[in-house]
Amino acid sequence: MTPLARKLARRLALSLVVLAGVSVLMFLIARIIPGDPARIALGPNATAEAVESLRDRLHLNEPLAVQYAIFVRDVFQGDLGVSLYTNRPVTTDIAEFLPATLELVFVAGALMILLGIPLGTLAARYQNRWPDHLLRLVSLLGVSTPAFVWAVVLMLFLSYFVPWFPVDGRIDEALRPEAVTGFLLIDTALAGDGRGFLSALHHIILPALALAASGIGQTARLTRANVVEAYRQPYVEMAQAYGFAERRIANRYALRPALIPALTILGLDFAAMLGNAFLVESVFSWPGLSRYGVQVILRKDLNAIVGTVLVISAFFLIINIIVDLLVSVINPRIRLAEGERR
Amino acid sequence: MIGALRESPAVNRFVRNPLSVLGLVLVLTIVILAVGADVLTPYPAHRGPIGDLVQRNSEPALVHLFGTDLMGRDLLTRIVYGYRLSLMLGVVVLAIAVPIGVGLGLCAGYFGGWTETIIMRLTDVFLSVPPLVLAMSIMGFLEPTLTSGMLAVTAMWWPWYARLAYNLARSEAREGYVLAAELIGASPAHIVVREILPNAMPSILTKMTLDMGFVILIASSLSFLGLGVQPPTPDLGSMVAEGARYMPDSWWLALFPAFAIFIAVLGFNLLGDGLRDALDIQA
Repeated sequence: MTPLARKLARRLALSLVVLAGVSVLMFLIARIIPGDPARIALGPNATAEAVESLRDRLHLNEPLAVQYAIFVRDVFQGDLGVSLYTNRPVTTDIAEFLPATLELVFVAGALMILLGIPLGTLAARYQNRWPDHLLRLVSLLGVSTPAFVWAVVLMLFLSYFVPWFPVDGRIDEALRPEAVTGFLLIDTALAGDGRGFLSALHHIILPALALAASGIGQTARLTRANVVEAYRQPYVEMAQAYGFAERRIANRYALRPALIPALTILGLDFAAMLGNAFLVESVFSWPGLSRYGVQVILRKDLNAIVGTVLVISAFFLIINIIVDLLVSVINPRIRLAEGERR
Repeated sequence: MIGALRESPAVNRFVRNPLSVLGLVLVLTIVILAVGADVLTPYPAHRGPIGDLVQRNSEPALVHLFGTDLMGRDLLTRIVYGYRLSLMLGVVVLAIAVPIGVGLGLCAGYFGGWTETIIMRLTDVFLSVPPLVLAMSIMGFLEPTLTSGMLAVTAMWWPWYARLAYNLARSEAREGYVLAAELIGASPAHIVVREILPNAMPSILTKMTLDMGFVILIASSLSFLGLGVQPPTPDLGSMVAEGARYMPDSWWLALFPAFAIFIAVLGFNLLGDGLRDALDIQA
């Protein structure tokens, strides 16, 4: 096995353990709260027999350990139970709403990288001059402002006062492509539909920006600090002494090591974005997991809540594994250290 | 006292950074407003459900600096009372989360072995659910009230302190003074509480300052989604949510509470950053 594959296997195993922990945690919280989930689901007017039969169907009369075992067996069969809110399997619901949310989060992640890293490099180049001060201000704005405030402010100014961007929806409905992946940007691209693609892009920009705002600031600040640090390193001095072109030094010697911490932050920020997506979606009426999530929470739909949290946590863990792998690909020191350990 | 403060290098470093001072000013202003809301706001009665219907939905003007809402309640007054609620919530959450997290983290870091494995893996589990999602799902099993909101935020917050205290305890445990205390036969409880904890305090207190802002942010996010304080209690998050429904015509309803949240979080961030830099500590 190559070192990278070993690392991947180890991380996957660890993630499964953590995910099992999350499932126990959610399961316990769902079961120890006061109140009868079956009674809550059926409402105060349901007969005692109806409640009892639902309790039977949900296995609520079994001991806790047996309930958990049944739950785990079902999860491994890809069954997260039936949502009491939509009356459909939770997996069907999640499969319907998840792509919209993920598309939003991925575009926001791309914005974070595409805007944050150049901004940070720029600030490092003009250290302590006005671009640097401007960046400090922007990143402070970013981290100090909740995502829903960004969403409301961006919408107010760029959709209402200056009507550049649409107020809601994912695409011009007339241009909606046939669903293949559920990601509209990918589906329109696959169909070779240029107008549809642009329409989807036009709709996603503002919510993605609201979601990425705090991450852009953080990424930029971190990149700035690391590039500044890198320019003080002996190997950059050596490259300068050899008379390498300034651009080559900037890209190959200063920026590359600075990317590693930025990527690590990206992994953590995905967690924040998966949560904040709920806020941004509700402002822009984005048809993702948010509306579903808030509805099932308000209705105490246990299966749906547990399922949604499990799926979101799984995505978070997967993204962190990917980030880890990317870091070891970029960073030869980690890559080589892994190799030596064999 | 003042003289001693002026000579301290940490105070000097803090005062020389205009952003830190700005943070301190913002936080002090918010605290004073929140504490003195009954005297300082123009229409204290408007914190409840009843306003002045004649003045309803009026634009910002001299009588109502931030305008009024659909019940004719003065928005400025409600924002200040919103600050009172946010600060109270932040203090309660941290007052519960920090002792739990720090206690567990110090034990894990000092004792190691099974204690460490159990506590730190539990921490990992809590930290592997995106923070807001964890708080939301806990709210899902409770009634949407202020108390449940506090509980949900507390449950997602203690692991961060466990991790911080764990790292601090691990590094302090190798220090000479801990070894010395062990050699003269001090009990583990004495070492953790009387030796390690005091040295971890500056980091913990600084993180608490930084976190006040983030607790306010998360709590307002929850109430924005309708999973927290319920009307008519003035809460910044639910005010933004309510106002967003009347955009763009009544733009002030969403914009001013949103700005108020930003100012509060910014103030605590600047103050926390300033303290961290001035004291030169890990937080």
